[in-house]
Amino acid sequence: MRAGIVVFPGINRERDMAIALERASGRAPRMVWHRETDLQGLDLIVIPGGFSYGDYLRCGAMAAQSPVMESIRAHATRGGHVLGVCNGFQILVESQLLPGALLRNASLRFLSMDCHLRVERADTDFTAHYQRGQVIRAPMAHGDGNYFADDATLDRLEGEGLVAFRYVAPDGSVTAAANRNGSARSIAGILSPNRRILGLMPHPEDLVDPLLGGTDGAPLFEGLAASLAA
Amino acid sequence: MNQALAAEFGLDADEYRRVLDIMGRTPSFAELGIFSVMWSEHCSYKSSRVWLRTLPTQAPWVIHGPGENAGVVAIGEGLAAIFKMESHNHPSFIEPYQGAATGVGGILRDVFTMGARPVANLNALRFGDPANPATRRIVDGVVRGIGGYGNCVGVPTVGGEINFHPAYDGNPLVNAMTVGIAPAGRIFLSAAAGIGNPVVYVGSRTGRDGIHGATMASAEFGADAESKRPTVQVGDPFVEKLLIEACLELMATDAIVAIQDMGAAGLTSSSVEMAGKGGVGIELDLDQVPQRETGMSAYEMMLSESQERMLIVLRPGAEGIARAIFEKWELDFAVIGHLTGTGRIVVRHQGRIEADIPLAPLADQAPLYHRPTAPSPPPRPIGSLPAARLAEDLVRLVACPDLASRAWVWDQYDSTVGGQTVKRPGAADAAIVRVDGHRLALALTTDCTPRYVAADPEAGAAQAVAEAWRNITATGARPLAITDNMNFGNPEKPVVMGQFAGAVAGIARACIALDFPVVSGNVSLYNETAGSPILPTPAIGGLGVLADAAQAVGLAAAPGQDLVLLGGDPSHLGQSLWLREIAGQEAGPPPPVDLAAERRHGDFVRARIAAGGVAACHDVADGGLLVAIGEMLLAGDTGAVLGPAPDAAGFWFGEDQARYVLAVADGAALLAAAQAAGIPARLLGRTGGEGLTLPDGATISLATLRSAHERFFPALMES
Repeated sequence: MRAGIVVFPGINRERDMAIALERASGRAPRMVWHRETDLQGLDLIVIPGGFSYGDYLRCGAMAAQSPVMESIRAHATRGGHVLGVCNGFQILVESQLLPGALLRNASLRFLSMDCHLRVERADTDFTAHYQRGQVIRAPMAHGDGNYFADDATLDRLEGEGLVAFRYVAPDGSVTAAANRNGSARSIAGILSPNRRILGLMPHPEDLVDPLLGGTDGAPLFEGLAASLAA
Repeated sequence: MNQALAAEFGLDADEYRRVLDIMGRTPSFAELGIFSVMWSEHCSYKSSRVWLRTLPTQAPWVIHGPGENAGVVAIGEGLAAIFKMESHNHPSFIEPYQGAATGVGGILRDVFTMGARPVANLNALRFGDPANPATRRIVDGVVRGIGGYGNCVGVPTVGGEINFHPAYDGNPLVNAMTVGIAPAGRIFLSAAAGIGNPVVYVGSRTGRDGIHGATMASAEFGADAESKRPTVQVGDPFVEKLLIEACLELMATDAIVAIQDMGAAGLTSSSVEMAGKGGVGIELDLDQVPQRETGMSAYEMMLSESQERMLIVLRPGAEGIARAIFEKWELDFAVIGHLTGTGRIVVRHQGRIEADIPLAPLADQAPLYHRPTAPSPPPRPIGSLPAARLAEDLVRLVACPDLASRAWVWDQYDSTVGGQTVKRPGAADAAIVRVDGHRLALALTTDCTPRYVAADPEAGAAQAVAEAWRNITATGARPLAITDNMNFGNPEKPVVMGQFAGAVAGIARACIALDFPVVSGNVSLYNETAGSPILPTPAIGGLGVLADAAQAVGLAAAPGQDLVLLGGDPSHLGQSLWLREIAGQEAGPPPPVDLAAERRHGDFVRARIAAGGVAACHDVADGGLLVAIGEMLLAGDTGAVLGPAPDAAGFWFGEDQARYVLAVADGAALLAAAQAAGIPARLLGRTGGEGLTLPDGATISLATLRSAHERFFPALMES
């Protein structure tokens, strides 16, 4: 798997992501500066977390206008894989590569803690190494992770099976308490219709090492590496 | 230009006379501004320097002690840890969010300016009485400010401490600590060199914010504190993040001769200190300074404390490579001057010389005060005491503001960014952060028990150092060095100066005994509002190292383990939280600090952890033994049954030092090893079940304990 990590000014989880990708694929990802436009040869484009442009406008809104985004759009149109985590998810939404919006957390406070996610389908390249219905743990760290879309869009996402992860209690049940940022229908991550683009708020890349508290995030990257092995 | 204006700038009559002597003429407005900030308490340490000189600062692993932007210690494998703690108290009272945020930004710059990538932030916070309506607003702003800045720059906030006490009602303390990692052979210093070398300004543009912040931080607050809001700076963590990346990129080249951040007193202190340390002169052309406001005077530009700015002396001809890096990161870059051989700072603006001051006397003739000291009054004697009711007292103690769960606070700080946080806040006595690409890990903590220091400054400050050492030890790490952040009241009051002198003596005693030198620090005086000082608060930031992160031990006990108390039976109730919260007395002497025992017990614990077989370890501190046990059970989500033991309040709630509780698979083996080493030890009980069963047979359910423990912050902040 040849992965590229896109670095916008203010992105700050690019090193975490590089560690997770290299651990799974044995190959160091290429760091792609946001002014670059040549993404040839990359199987997977990752937009990691952080505060691109300080999140001073709307989260992800400035980065969505960056030169590299046109190339990412072209990569996606060619059927390439794209993963956006946290700020990366916000950027994908602002770029309209994924539908909906990420609003301020319902509590209006930054949330940094482990959450539990239910894997809603295991037949995608991102989730192939999980079981459907499996509950995994992942750290979250965001101020704007409250997923919002109109009911028609939500119904379509559900109907087409494009919800990848939901916030749940440790036993897998959907509860209001487990949905700490207030996301519509407890949605933590969504897929594009061809299931090659995944955006999610929590950070599987920060849970890939037993020493750091667990490996629940590792199968996501291992699944990708296996699917995209070249 | 006269004495009255000088007084308004914070210079007293003597100091102004000294200015006139040095200048041989009446200083200009800008010159007077430069003298006043350089000679402010904040920049000159004029009241504290005579005492700080007595601190131990040497050890074979110390690369740079106090005097640089931060302390530097070797941690093995060719690496150095660079760290410092610094206060931002006064701004945080006036404007809590920006005060705290810029406190984090400032300490980050002190660390990355030396070539380190920042890998961890910690903090030490003191707030007023929770019942005071202002406290909630200040807690909210400070926590949001620390999170807002740290989360955005992408440096994990991994630890800290919080106390509440009415003495901080008008004067909260915000002490921020940053730790960074650099190759030991690539440390960048601030001493300028090379006459003719270009002086470069990078980062944010200069505005009128924070003018005379250093002077504000060197005076007490009166009722007009609110009116000082314009002296508080505004932070931009996004620019800071860019500045970190750009500076580290430039540091990978050989372009830099010297570098320093523009902190307190901005362009003035950075240029004066860099040139002064290097024994050269410096000439600045303010017309070249990037500005975000129009019509700024030389005085305003020299004293602005706009954030996220650095001053760099480059090698000749390196301007091109440096400019390209800063332009890539979309940061301002300007050559604003050069070094000279005159030994003077010359400031030009719009065709005029606005300042021309000899640097040596500005530094050498800075005021230095041997202020009178007076002993602290002895603490009130302990009055009659109620009998301890173990279960009830424990539930009340774990719920009290100083012991309640801090999860509400930690949950707003990104503690995992960077992908190296092995022990997050609350998981161990010290935070554990692995070094990227290595097995090495750092153990980090901040500690101080101000009520002890108020009761006995020497013993209380020694205790703060000992507790930092113990917290690092309890994870299995080897303590290496500390940074001290000395927060006190008005030094012109002899009792306050006596507290300061006593605290320095206590720190020195403990550092020497524990081989735990002071490598950096910061002094914040005049922490008073309307004449009422804070509790003396010498906050200690401790750093230790573990050869293998996998060996780090946390405090969470698991079911089926023996709990063993090491260090002897506690008995000392003076200044304990039980005495304050249950008996309603702030009285008695603080626990004595026996540093020989501290070292013996700690070295034994560390050796046991290194040998394996210690599942969890927690030092006995605030609240005493039963609270320590409760914290280990809550963290591990297990109950325990405690065996026969004394029923005295002093045993369960005394805050005697040099004690640890260990959770081990085989308590008998640990007792035997302790006996062989001559260390008192006692088997307390065994973990398991859903509740904590006390020796008298009473059981507290874990759920009861947890709900009591977790109630305080949400109730205070979200009611």
